[in-house]
Amino acid sequence: MTTTDPSASFGGKPLKGQDPRVRPALVEGENESFATVTEAVAKVSEVPVPSTNKAWIVGFAISLSLLGMLGLLLVHLITTGVGVWGNNNPVYWGWPIVNFVFWVGIGHAGTLISAVLFLTRQNWRTGVNRAAEAMTIFAVVCAGMFPGVHIGRVWVAYWLFPLPNQMEMWPNFRSPLLWDVFAVSTYASVSLLFWYMGMIPDLATLRDRAVNTPRKIAYGIAALGWSGSSRHWHRYERAYLLLAALATPLVLSVHSVVSFDFAVSQVPGWHTTIFPPYFVAGAIFSGFAMVLTLMVPARQFFGLKHIITMNHIDVMCRILMATGMLVGYAYAIEFFIAWYGGVQYETFAFVNRAFGNYWWAYWIMVSCNVIFPQIFWSKKLRRNLWVVMLVSITTNIGMWFERFVITVTSLSRDFVPSSWGYFSPTWVDMCMFLGSFGLFFTLFLLFLRFLPTVAIAEVKTVMPQAHAHGHDSHGSSDSHAPSGAPIGGGSAAPASKQDA
Amino acid sequence: MSDQNQNSSEIHGVVGYYSDVDGIMNASRKIRDAGYKKWDAYTPFPVHGIDEAMGTKPTILPWIVLGMGLTGLCVGLGLQWFTNAYDYKFLISGKPTWSLPANIPVTFEVIILFSAYTAFFGMLALNKLPHLSNPLHKLERFKRVTDDKFAICVESKDPNFDLARVSKLLGVGSEHVETCPIDTTKAALPIWFHGVAAILTCASFIPLALAFKGRFATSEKPQYHVWPDMDFQRKRKTQTAWEGFPDGRAMRLPVAGTVATGELRDDFELYHGVAQGTAVPASVRYDAALFGSAAGADRPEWLAGFPAAVVVDEPFLERGRARYGIYCAVCHGNQGNGVGAVALRAENLDAAKWGWVPPKALHSDNAKAYSNGELFHIASNGISTMAGYSAQVPAKDRWAIVAYIRAIQATQALDPSAAPQDVEFQPVPTIDSVRVSDSGADGE
Repeated sequence: MTTTDPSASFGGKPLKGQDPRVRPALVEGENESFATVTEAVAKVSEVPVPSTNKAWIVGFAISLSLLGMLGLLLVHLITTGVGVWGNNNPVYWGWPIVNFVFWVGIGHAGTLISAVLFLTRQNWRTGVNRAAEAMTIFAVVCAGMFPGVHIGRVWVAYWLFPLPNQMEMWPNFRSPLLWDVFAVSTYASVSLLFWYMGMIPDLATLRDRAVNTPRKIAYGIAALGWSGSSRHWHRYERAYLLLAALATPLVLSVHSVVSFDFAVSQVPGWHTTIFPPYFVAGAIFSGFAMVLTLMVPARQFFGLKHIITMNHIDVMCRILMATGMLVGYAYAIEFFIAWYGGVQYETFAFVNRAFGNYWWAYWIMVSCNVIFPQIFWSKKLRRNLWVVMLVSITTNIGMWFERFVITVTSLSRDFVPSSWGYFSPTWVDMCMFLGSFGLFFTLFLLFLRFLPTVAIAEVKTVMPQAHAHGHDSHGSSDSHAPSGAPIGGGSAAPASKQDA
Repeated sequence: MSDQNQNSSEIHGVVGYYSDVDGIMNASRKIRDAGYKKWDAYTPFPVHGIDEAMGTKPTILPWIVLGMGLTGLCVGLGLQWFTNAYDYKFLISGKPTWSLPANIPVTFEVIILFSAYTAFFGMLALNKLPHLSNPLHKLERFKRVTDDKFAICVESKDPNFDLARVSKLLGVGSEHVETCPIDTTKAALPIWFHGVAAILTCASFIPLALAFKGRFATSEKPQYHVWPDMDFQRKRKTQTAWEGFPDGRAMRLPVAGTVATGELRDDFELYHGVAQGTAVPASVRYDAALFGSAAGADRPEWLAGFPAAVVVDEPFLERGRARYGIYCAVCHGNQGNGVGAVALRAENLDAAKWGWVPPKALHSDNAKAYSNGELFHIASNGISTMAGYSAQVPAKDRWAIVAYIRAIQATQALDPSAAPQDVEFQPVPTIDSVRVSDSGADGE
């Protein structure tokens, strides 16, 4: 359905290839109908368990083993104490906090794709938003685990919340760590609502296609009796718009608050005002990298190539490169301010970052986050899935090292030289981080297998058949547009030139 | 017509099916224009412009969300104000207990939390979901409405409902028209379910009740230790017994001859009041029998003068006067006559019957007879019922007090005949004179 207009020209010169005034179809392939979209997505969860894709079974077995290892390590940690980690004077925030920030960062792209791209009418989001939202929730689960067990005595973790207690004390609401509790728990629950709400119509689709009783009951209850009523759709779309509008500032606030954990302290290298935007940019960057890492194999294995198209990959690669440059800019500005500010401790902290005893971590970070994504200037490389996979994975590695560099280099060289030290992780640190991937991928693979991976109803709205063609109806739809629901806004009609 | 009514009471409504968006848009307009109220269009996705075609009014959901967002604002601010500025004031580096900027992040999150929950649950409530039992879901053909078909159902509850007319209206451009029967299946929950539900509901209150009991009741039982290794550590505490060492103590004594920092008292004159290199008297209360004139050969070689470490000059005497006023005068009186505030009080209470020995007048002959070393030893270790002051007063200050006592002895309670006659003579009060007059309570 991709349209090439041979008469297209720009400045008198004929244009090669596709006319940029014509948007390519969001769902690719000939003769795609509503039914084929439903079929493509729903059949992923409907194949019998024995005939599940082998890659899924192998991946799930590995993930589940890692999850089991994580469980055993948690028992070891809780019964023995946090001394099993490498955290010690002066680096009391070791890998657990690095991992926390790493996973929370990944958890940002889901809401960004769902909410920000929804509000900006980027209709291409429909192909990937569901999986990205799921990724968000599972990443936040992994993120929440680390500070949860880092507090040491997990059985009094409820002290984090303002609950009446026999000590008649309240938590200190001026502590960024308490802001973090509120921000991350709000983000987790709102993301869960957003994800689940988006799934309700698709769960109804799976319910109506279900042939055996367990599926009928499970999807029947989960779909809450959704009937597709237009009066329901009306309120649903309004609620979805409201959630998107609420989630957009939320997603920006969460990583800002995470950055306050560092920035509100006085440790050189942390005490900078650039941290909130810098962290948010890094979060989007790492989140998109993880979306690519997950989506490229998933679309391959589950036959969703016509819904999650090469154009999606292409757009996300471009976002990856743009946010990578934002992050690179933040690295540069940090150095500039350290020099320009003239504070000797700050200057030392940054020179130490790049050339001190953690120089290797710093340069891994710069290579992976700033240098490697630059190859996406080339369209050819953006469309080479091996390159995309490689760069998305190195970006994840680079972003983990960014948090490691921020946390560990500053702490290991604080104000008092007598307490300087070198942080070494223990085997428990490493295996728990590995285990958190087990937790993440177990949940994600279960999601891929049993829930609607793609927002079926939303994809249908961006197909040309979703729009009334009668002259009468078109006029009325335009008049309705300002107050109406933005899903499937008129710009999606593929052959129209209204966006020129 | 009666036959028609009979039918309409047994059916839920009439359903027309359409294969595309245009079909359902046109049918919706027709039903809307025919004035029906109890009807709905069912679509696999939100169809753009169908709200207008159906005449749906905008939902009030945004206003509800706004209201709850404002509630979240108040709750967020109120929670922080109550907990940190009112009920449990946090005083950190002298900062004000209530300062808005630090409270904005949490307030913001609470606003979002309230608004988002309201948007989701408000949407469900307005849509009357969850609603698992819907007669339309019994229709096999209706299942495709969540896939690729579009449907309109006009319900029999509509006051204008007329089966033939509705069927005709829905039939234009439709694939199929059918009636939807009322759901007559008796799918009531089994009776045991209610019992189990009731028991579980009651049981769910038990943790809350236990929490409340723990909150408001007291108990003699020790605290329950979830993880005892922090409360009960594998170590021995000081001043406890343990059979692990031969002496049965859990703590170790210092090696014999250990001297703590600053405690090396090798200047005998300064610290013990005896000549350097002679026997050091035990640090016990002064025993007149042992150390007085009756002591004989065991009498330490008390220092007659002052140690070499101190210089007796005016500032030293001034220091002694100040220390004397702080530590000694409450009993011995400012004039050294033994009429301090404590002595007077003890006299009034007749404290001698409890073993109280009155403080001596420091200018008595007995006191004058003591050497400087003995006076220092008494100031350090006490005498009779007087306690030693070595813990409170450093050694040099005790020597300053000794010097001041000598000054008292040189200037107080002199022979009246030797006093200058041009000064109005006032005898120093004694404890007896005070008792008789009962007026010089301040001892001056």
